Amino acid sequence: MSAITRFLTSRWGPVITGAVVGILAPVLVKLGNPGNMGMCMVCFTRDISGALGLHRASVVQYIRPEIIGLFFGALVGALAFGEFKPRTGSAPLVRFLLGMFASIGALLFLGCPWRAYLRLAGGDWNAIFAILGLIVGIGIGIGFLKMGYSLGRNHPAPKAIGWVMPAIMVALLLLLILAPQFGRDASGNPTGPIFFSEKGPGSQHAPIIVALVVGLAIGFLAQRSRFCTVGAIRDVILLRDSHLLNGILALIVFAFITNLILGQFHPGFANQPVAHTNALFNFGGMALAGLAFTLAGGCPGRQLFLSGEGDADAAMFVIGMIVGAGFSHTYSAAATPNGPSAFSALALIVGLIICIIIGFTMRERKV
Amino acid sequence: MTETLDARGLSCPQPAMLARQALQKLGKGTLEVLVDSPTARENVSRLARDAGWKVDIQQQPDGSVKLVLSK
Repeated sequence: MSAITRFLTSRWGPVITGAVVGILAPVLVKLGNPGNMGMCMVCFTRDISGALGLHRASVVQYIRPEIIGLFFGALVGALAFGEFKPRTGSAPLVRFLLGMFASIGALLFLGCPWRAYLRLAGGDWNAIFAILGLIVGIGIGIGFLKMGYSLGRNHPAPKAIGWVMPAIMVALLLLLILAPQFGRDASGNPTGPIFFSEKGPGSQHAPIIVALVVGLAIGFLAQRSRFCTVGAIRDVILLRDSHLLNGILALIVFAFITNLILGQFHPGFANQPVAHTNALFNFGGMALAGLAFTLAGGCPGRQLFLSGEGDADAAMFVIGMIVGAGFSHTYSAAATPNGPSAFSALALIVGLIICIIIGFTMRERKV
Repeated sequence: MTETLDARGLSCPQPAMLARQALQKLGKGTLEVLVDSPTARENVSRLARDAGWKVDIQQQPDGSVKLVLSK
């Protein structure tokens, strides 16, 4: 066991994790997930947000079992290796806001960094603008870090705080399986609070058990190897350290090969699945998301895995993402396959302004 | 005198970034870095070793870890 641990925390850990994601994500697409959406933290939390009725975009509502699996995979990894340490106190309110705006930004592109790399590996060239935007956003975040930006220190917290997220995830799993219909519409027919799409991306999904198991495996590997799709770029620029980036390169290469084998590689800009061709919003949306992720210390996957280690501040970020997706779809900010929506530009500008204010104002208090 | 950097409770990439800055400023000698997450411990150890520093890992009674970096 200790040999496996050492291997996963070595330079090879992120590469193994990236390769496994690269293989399994396209397989989930083959088994029913939307195109190039085998793994996407923002799309999946957006679907969960819709399933809970926080937005009513009827095509993107589903409790994605992948998220539940990823979380429990990370929890198991943390518990098994003595890394489950409930902690909080590092500006949770700011982390909630960063989660919201990360989601709002990523929904302008229609995908988180995980999906940006997967879209690239599926031949969706719109992802190139998104990845460039991501790099710019991360670069701005690094500028703030060099100026002394910090959300301050977390502190050990009572054990019970660490078990709040597991309880939420168990509740989500029960809601997925039971899908209760407590509400009544105007004609008295049962409806909500759990909404599942009958058409569109929300209705496309791999079998629950497969999605759960894939999530568990990836969550475990990612927790052990500290896999992070934003840290990968950040650490190369800031620390000249490429060990996380190697994981991303492995993800792209293996996803490309798997897509080729499964007949899912379709190069081009137009007619890509759950995607639009507006380069400005693909770039800008991901620049906002990249900035928010960097200010929060990691990509959405990493935030989910940290929350599995008992980090209640990272959990606030994840919950912020679910709420942000609700706002984004309710207020016509999220883009659609037709391009940006009525308030996409406003959401982008407001998000950038708020994240920049956070970058300039948050400093560690010297006692 | 040995310099100490307290990086406990800080988010990524601050422990590694602050340790890197401190090591570059120090040039050679000894730097003690306090960390309390496995990620920070691995990241600081990796960058120190890559820059030619010897890393000694000391468990602390409160569950945190003291990394003694020397060159």
